[in-house]
Amino acid sequence: MKTLTYTSFLGIFCLVAELLNLRKLLIPLVVLGLVVIGGLTYADLNAESASYFHDMLRTDKFSVSFSLLLLLITALIVSLGQNFFKEDPSKLSDYIAIIIFALCGGIAMVSFANMAMFYIGIEILSISFYILAGTNKKDVKSNEAAMKYFLMGSFASGILLMGITLIYGASGSFNLGDISLYATARNADAIFFIGIILILIGLLFKVSAAPFHFWAPDVYEGSPMLMTALMSTLGKVASFAAFYRLFSICFSISYDTYGWVLSVLIALTILIGNFSALRQESFKRILAFSGVTNAGFMLMAISSIYGKMEGPLFFYGLSYSLATIGAFAVALYVSSVTKSDKIEAFNGLAYKRPLLSALLIFAMFSIAGIPPFAGFFAKYFLFAEALKSGHFWLVLFAIVNSIISVYYYFKVVFALFAKSEQTFEETPSPVYVAVALVAVALLIIAGVAPGLFMPF
Amino acid sequence: MSLLLNILQVVPMQYYLMVSAALFSIGVLGVLFRRNAITIFMCVEIMLNSINLLLVAFSTYHNDSNGQVFVFFVMAVAAAEVAVGLAILVTIFRNIRSVDIDDLKALKN
Repeated sequence: MKTLTYTSFLGIFCLVAELLNLRKLLIPLVVLGLVVIGGLTYADLNAESASYFHDMLRTDKFSVSFSLLLLLITALIVSLGQNFFKEDPSKLSDYIAIIIFALCGGIAMVSFANMAMFYIGIEILSISFYILAGTNKKDVKSNEAAMKYFLMGSFASGILLMGITLIYGASGSFNLGDISLYATARNADAIFFIGIILILIGLLFKVSAAPFHFWAPDVYEGSPMLMTALMSTLGKVASFAAFYRLFSICFSISYDTYGWVLSVLIALTILIGNFSALRQESFKRILAFSGVTNAGFMLMAISSIYGKMEGPLFFYGLSYSLATIGAFAVALYVSSVTKSDKIEAFNGLAYKRPLLSALLIFAMFSIAGIPPFAGFFAKYFLFAEALKSGHFWLVLFAIVNSIISVYYYFKVVFALFAKSEQTFEETPSPVYVAVALVAVALLIIAGVAPGLFMPF
Repeated sequence: MSLLLNILQVVPMQYYLMVSAALFSIGVLGVLFRRNAITIFMCVEIMLNSINLLLVAFSTYHNDSNGQVFVFFVMAVAAAEVAVGLAILVTIFRNIRSVDIDDLKALKN
């Protein structure tokens, strides 16, 4: 509860900061604020679970650890903003405030105990993202990304809301505990199952799983690069945490009705994400399709309803977000020099900027799942738990596909060593190097000692 | 007046379900087939309003006021969403002088 309150106040502080003439200090202050909130949240990690606002929010180990992860992601991305907003400094406090409000939505999404809070959290996160996707107002691509995201997102929210309504109609309550009691106590109505399917469709839209993934590559390509990084990390982790929390509390008992649909969609998501990524030329589109594939892997956590999946899901979210942020930090430097997000733009980086290239290579190794980085153990824990739930064929399929995915991650790595006239003379901003360094260092630490990052 | 109230109370639950399902489908089909962005916004609003109708009907059916409170949340969120959507639409109109979503083709591969 206090995490949500303090984060909201931090967002309001960002809005007022422009009046107080704090533009130069804003980003360091916000990062400091996020670190302090993180510290206060960490103190609650082993506290008893407690409920607030008439059981609207409940803090437990799950919500506290995912809140910490979201705070870490936001702190890293806000620090990247120092350079990114240089051309348009007068809007800095607005953009940072919207990012912080998106974080508030994310925190509500990981700690809800009531459908109302679930819906409000999803909407706060999504509406902030619609604005952030369109922050590059003069660029038609950014406009188009915002428009597509808005239309798809509000349509998906409508379907999700219909699902929530039907579940309310069947069970007579918005409270998660009451809904799960209803589902266990007697034979549920048909509209309860229709409600589950509609909520499933809405959430699959939000996490960009096939066949509802088609907005993701376009939106990721058109949005400004920093916002792409934010959407593909904060948005994805928060949506998955909400997805898991809702389905494990309320709907695990009805698993038989939707389980096979989910298994088919997981296989489809992994396949489509992988094979679309193989023929992409743009770095952002590759990471967008890699996000679709990884969404398929993470969906296995929701599908393995009998396993203890909080830990593997948390670790997967951590390793995926850190690797993505590290890769985007390097790509931000490259695109600021070459004004392009094609893979060819990376040509020759290894000879001119060896440190940044090494960091990008490590990040790519981690997403591809090569030991000793965290990505390998994330996949290992997830697949091992999924096997315990009896998803043998699905796990086999996922392993084959994660071997195929190595090809397109290595396409980026090979580009670094290609010959090119590009000299990369501009020194990279120290912020980009620092953020990439922190992300990769955490990836290595989490890979060497995974137990440190497994709160469950 | 009391006659009207009596009629309202004897309308069975499934009629409300049917009306909102019909409205919801009209909204969904509108989003899928219309090409004008403002019409699409209105179709999303029709979807949300059919949900509001259903929430109020369920709320009366269960004798539980939570559903009616939820309607206010939905309305507030819908207003915020449309405000953002129209702002995005204005920036698009400034750049390409059109609100037809078929004119948005910069992002295709």
